[in-house]
Amino acid sequence: MVGTLFRREFASYFATPVAYVFILIFLMLSGVFSFYIGNFYERGQADLLPFFNFHPWLYLFLVPAMAMRSWSEERKSGSIELLMTLPVTVWQVMLGKFLAAWAVLGLALLLTFPLWVTVNYLGDPDNGIILAAYLGSWLMAGAFLAIGICMSALTKSQVVAFILAVVVCFLFVLSGSSIVLDAFKGWLSPMLLDTLASFSFLTHFESMAKGVIAVNDVGYFLIAIGIWLYGGFLAVEQKKAE
Amino acid sequence: MISVKNLCKQFGRFTAVDNLSFEVRPGDIVGFLGPNGAGKSTTMKMLTGFLAPSSGEIRIFDLDMAQSAKQIQRSLGYLPEGAPAYGDMTPLQFLNFIADIRGLKGQQKKQRLADVIDMVELHSVLNRPIDNLSKGFKRRVGLAQAILHDPQVLILDEPTDGLDPNQKHQVRELIQNLSKDKIVIISTHILEEVTAVCNRAMIIAGGKMLFDASPDDLQRRSRYYKAISLHFTQMTDISGLAELPGVEDMEIEKHSGRVVLFPEHQQDIMPVVSAYIKDRGLQVDSLYEEQGRLDDVFRQMTAEVSE
Repeated sequence: MVGTLFRREFASYFATPVAYVFILIFLMLSGVFSFYIGNFYERGQADLLPFFNFHPWLYLFLVPAMAMRSWSEERKSGSIELLMTLPVTVWQVMLGKFLAAWAVLGLALLLTFPLWVTVNYLGDPDNGIILAAYLGSWLMAGAFLAIGICMSALTKSQVVAFILAVVVCFLFVLSGSSIVLDAFKGWLSPMLLDTLASFSFLTHFESMAKGVIAVNDVGYFLIAIGIWLYGGFLAVEQKKAE
Repeated sequence: MISVKNLCKQFGRFTAVDNLSFEVRPGDIVGFLGPNGAGKSTTMKMLTGFLAPSSGEIRIFDLDMAQSAKQIQRSLGYLPEGAPAYGDMTPLQFLNFIADIRGLKGQQKKQRLADVIDMVELHSVLNRPIDNLSKGFKRRVGLAQAILHDPQVLILDEPTDGLDPNQKHQVRELIQNLSKDKIVIISTHILEEVTAVCNRAMIIAGGKMLFDASPDDLQRRSRYYKAISLHFTQMTDISGLAELPGVEDMEIEKHSGRVVLFPEHQQDIMPVVSAYIKDRGLQVDSLYEEQGRLDDVFRQMTAEVSE
């Protein structure tokens, strides 16, 4: 059942220009960031760190844009009434939507392979690290996506869903950045500061981008995905008829 | 069988459905009538398990909606108001998707798809995005989706809204041709539709049930039931008509000049009237017995509630 829903959602990303635009912009921006801002060549190191370092910031805007229509449009067009009176559960639909969008994100990541080819041509990178970083990036994208889908379930308006998702994602990215941590350093105990930092996508992604796949990082993203999708589930149950 | 007991639905302080109870048996084609905002759609949303009632109970084929909604929905076909669908899909993709969700497979799926596409005549638009279709075609896609799995219970919210007269006729025929052991509930505010397709009429207004009987009974409620309507070729003295035995009242419609004679206690006054006309040698263009005017009954019944 989830498979059927997944196929419909996945196809709909390609029936409308959403997937193409997303992938194109993602590829362009990730290229620009790694080469111009990340100084890919000048660093003289055979790794993809400058490429992965910008992913949180790319996802911050691109993933909410992709997730915003997932539930909002169902409610706006009324198709949610059709969907919810078919013999499928909200969870099945939720998973179908999430997995389809996540697959598009995965596809976008896969299509960055020329960069990997380049770095292998120029030097001798540790491909294990790169693979770990790809996995970490995909997991982080999933967490962004789950937030976006949850926000989309809250409102009929795609624009509101987008803005809410960007704000929430921004908080989750920022809570681990030095700006925020420095600001709180004076009056939060180190333990609270660590807790705050541990909620951040950045903290968990950074170690993965360096090739360390730790259970707690993977677990963090999976749990974040689960929690936000559950939030979305509650929102759909509550608001489907409004 | 559908059994509804003391069904209520409140939205905040607004009561949309107020203590509805009724039963529908296989073979019933129920016309669900009511003015806009009467609670028709809300009731249908609860019957299909989309909305949870505030109180009351819905049982379909001895299953409780509150507990086994997904199981009930398997044997349910539903056309929501406005016939929503996924606009980026083509009718063929959309119906394929619904067939998969409904668990149709292989040869059976092929056969059902072909049958349904035939029934609602979608051939010409099968490969165009639903977003680009006309209102009539969208409605037909919605209908096709609802009957695809040959459901035991079919619930259609305004199935003929936005269709042209030919298409309306077609949809009505389609509903009538469904097999005789099914339950069909259609909501509409077109009264002729009820007499055309339904064998039972329910009128609700303000969330309350006002009437539940056959469309004939509904017509019988009309003042015009068995009234004689006639039109004279030239100006005549007609005062005698009102004095005939069995005639309770006479009215002359201003714009058309038609004379309407109302019978006492719905008795047959045709013989006396025609005998009178023959005796006096009056010239009449047209003379017929009225069936009862539904819009009249409808207005009368719902006016009391809306006041």
